[in-house]
Amino acid sequence: MSKSNNFGAGVPGLFRKLRQASTFNIFMILLGMCLIMTFAAGNKFLSVSNITSVVRQFSFYAIMSIGMVLVILTGGIDLSVGSVFAFSGVISCMAIMRWGVPVIPSVLLGILAGAVFGLLNGLCITKLQLPPFIATLGTMSIARGLSYGITGGYPIGGLPDSFKFIGLGSILDIPTPIIWMILLALLFSVFLRFTVRGRWVYAIGGNEEAARISGVKVNQTKCLVYMFSGMMAAVAGIATAARLGVGQSTAGSGYEMDAIAGVIIGGASVSGGYGNIIGPIMGAAIMGVLRNGLVLLDVSAYWQQAVIGVVIIIAVSFDKLQHDRKSASISVSK
Amino acid sequence: MQELLQMHNIRKSFPGVQALRGVNLSIRAGEVHALIGENGAGKSTLMKILSGVYAMDEGEVFWEGKKVDIPSTSAATELGISIIYQELNQLPNMSVAENIFLGREKRARKIFLNSRETLSEARVFLDNVGLDVDARTLCKDLSIAQRQMVEIAKALSVNARLIVMDEPTSSLTDREITLLFGLINRLREHGVAVVFISHKLEEIFQISDRITVLRDGEYIGTIDTADSSEDLLIQMMVGRSLTGFYPKRAVPIGEVALEVEHLNAGRSVRDISFFVRSGEILGFAGLVGAGRSETMRAIFGVDPMESGRISVNGKMLSHHSPSDAIACGIGLVPEDRKLQGLILKMTVRENTTLASMEETRENGFVSRRREEQIAREYVKKLDIRTAGTEQKAANLSGGNQQKVVIAKWLATGSRVLILDSPTRGIDVGAKKEIHELMGELASRGVAIIMVSSELPEILGMCDRIIVMHEGSIRGEMPRSEATQEKIMEIILTSKKQAIPQVE
Repeated sequence: MSKSNNFGAGVPGLFRKLRQASTFNIFMILLGMCLIMTFAAGNKFLSVSNITSVVRQFSFYAIMSIGMVLVILTGGIDLSVGSVFAFSGVISCMAIMRWGVPVIPSVLLGILAGAVFGLLNGLCITKLQLPPFIATLGTMSIARGLSYGITGGYPIGGLPDSFKFIGLGSILDIPTPIIWMILLALLFSVFLRFTVRGRWVYAIGGNEEAARISGVKVNQTKCLVYMFSGMMAAVAGIATAARLGVGQSTAGSGYEMDAIAGVIIGGASVSGGYGNIIGPIMGAAIMGVLRNGLVLLDVSAYWQQAVIGVVIIIAVSFDKLQHDRKSASISVSK
Repeated sequence: MQELLQMHNIRKSFPGVQALRGVNLSIRAGEVHALIGENGAGKSTLMKILSGVYAMDEGEVFWEGKKVDIPSTSAATELGISIIYQELNQLPNMSVAENIFLGREKRARKIFLNSRETLSEARVFLDNVGLDVDARTLCKDLSIAQRQMVEIAKALSVNARLIVMDEPTSSLTDREITLLFGLINRLREHGVAVVFISHKLEEIFQISDRITVLRDGEYIGTIDTADSSEDLLIQMMVGRSLTGFYPKRAVPIGEVALEVEHLNAGRSVRDISFFVRSGEILGFAGLVGAGRSETMRAIFGVDPMESGRISVNGKMLSHHSPSDAIACGIGLVPEDRKLQGLILKMTVRENTTLASMEETRENGFVSRRREEQIAREYVKKLDIRTAGTEQKAANLSGGNQQKVVIAKWLATGSRVLILDSPTRGIDVGAKKEIHELMGELASRGVAIIMVSSELPEILGMCDRIIVMHEGSIRGEMPRSEATQEKIMEIILTSKKQAIPQVE
């Protein structure tokens, strides 16, 4: 600890503070990747329109990662988000097109569907004492099956423009998905930093037994984070349906892995108790920049998946190495 | 008789504790040797050195007269030393035969398992110990007594000449104990030596040939069972002089703050009734596993209770969870501060305010400023030695960690504070500070319950002492009447009682 302080003594205070921030490494990785892409692809990468489209693309993943990080902070995992993503999108579209519900209530209905699935996850985990992996594996299948069932597998198109605005529109030239991402990130940052429940989320992930003995309402808080996760998946799913102008029961399959990858690259501890909101957003950004860069460099879509996997491993081991060194210097200075 | 094992002048220290200070032990072939002493006397440490789990700091070990080194558990096994722990190390989903040969699997053509030979050999050893079960039975389907027999069969299969049994009777019925003793007698006839660790004097008189007593890591003596008596053993176990540094002051004792009536919760909490008054320190003495921690957990709502009434200041607790207990002004400093007391990843500030988050709110949001204020206040008050309130709890010493746990409850304004083994594994200086703190809290009218396995601590700190054994209360006395001998006598000589029926 004293070592890093000495190192930082000569540089301006702001930089030192940034260096100590938990997300500094991730931010540097993101910056480094942007630099590489700029050199490799030039203006094709570093144009306002390209950057905007990259951010818009990863904002859907980032929104899911916000929900996922809450769950992972408690030491859990939510595999159902990809299916809930599809189910909520389908519900909103069905409400508008088949059941004649106005747009805003339809959207709220979709989000409610996500919350219900989240609550179901939470109850399975707290009341039935199922491991989160198993509980959400089950609901993952249920949500997907229901999406197929109620649509008969057919996409639901012909959606009104007012609905499409959620994913396709822009406010002050900023695409709406980016706005949702920023608003939700702010909201949940405040939740984690400044509310009692937010502190409890960390406490449960840090040591569930000690948290319970300290009066933390463990079961309630767990249900809450799974509901949040379901709702974030719903928001992303509805925004995607709006963007594509079609609700599809096949949407979002495999997205749970992207959401989890975003959280992990963002530096959260998989065992819980450590992490924040900005990390997963940067994690999603890293994957977004990578995907975009590979496209610009004409790397075939077939290869992209493999490259992303390699980057996940490199990013996390780099961060872990840094982290180990930091904690080693703490114990030495002690 | 030939000395099979001699351990001479064994010393071992852990950070902050001298666990063994020159202990001797000599075991003859074919004898049953009882090893006794209070919790923390050093029995387990000595056995772990013998089995190669710990390395000793000083001392010599002789096996059949030759000096030996025991650097690992496999070295101990090779010599012929086997230990049967209380928590049996078996894989529940494997068969009896597979467990016996775990790690030494019988092979066919080097890489394949030879299940026929495994079974037939296992049967031989099961016969030797007189266990009548199919060798293909899964271990999880056996009773504890049977699983113990499997362990003994396993010990025989590696040609053990010395078998250590760590409190083997603690979870057996009387009939099973008779069977076990029959087996021990057969082992003795075959020249196998048995080290028998137990707290039950009755059993020791029944089965052992000689007895070695340890106390506070020191070797007190070895005597022939025939020459010993209950009184003599108790005196050997507790015969230390009380040091006078425990600072419990006489303070006026007030109204009843917490009353527990007929509390039942599982096997280890049976019909517990007691009260504690404000300003009073009530001690719970007993052996580890007597049900004291379980009682405290049930009172605090961590574990569910089956029946009983708990009232605080005359008001009955209705719903029962830790947060309800906290709302009624109860605080619990749990037995294991690292696993139950603290969130090690969190800072001193976050740990201090965790149980009183409501107090830290301004306009509905947690105020960092207010939190820091509270944390700093208690760091100063309890003299918590930390680099700052943003230090991670994991980086503090044991004593300071415990102070943070206490600070957490002081911040909630607890009027009834339950401290479960508050000074376990803490160095002497910090221990004294925690004792002083308890005295100060009592003088401010807090009712304190302290569970401790250290008799001097209980006798020094508590106004009144309750003795628990096997899940129920076996005795109660004021400090003026309490002595170590008296408490040990209650614990060691109380017979198994019929479990009272739940009304």
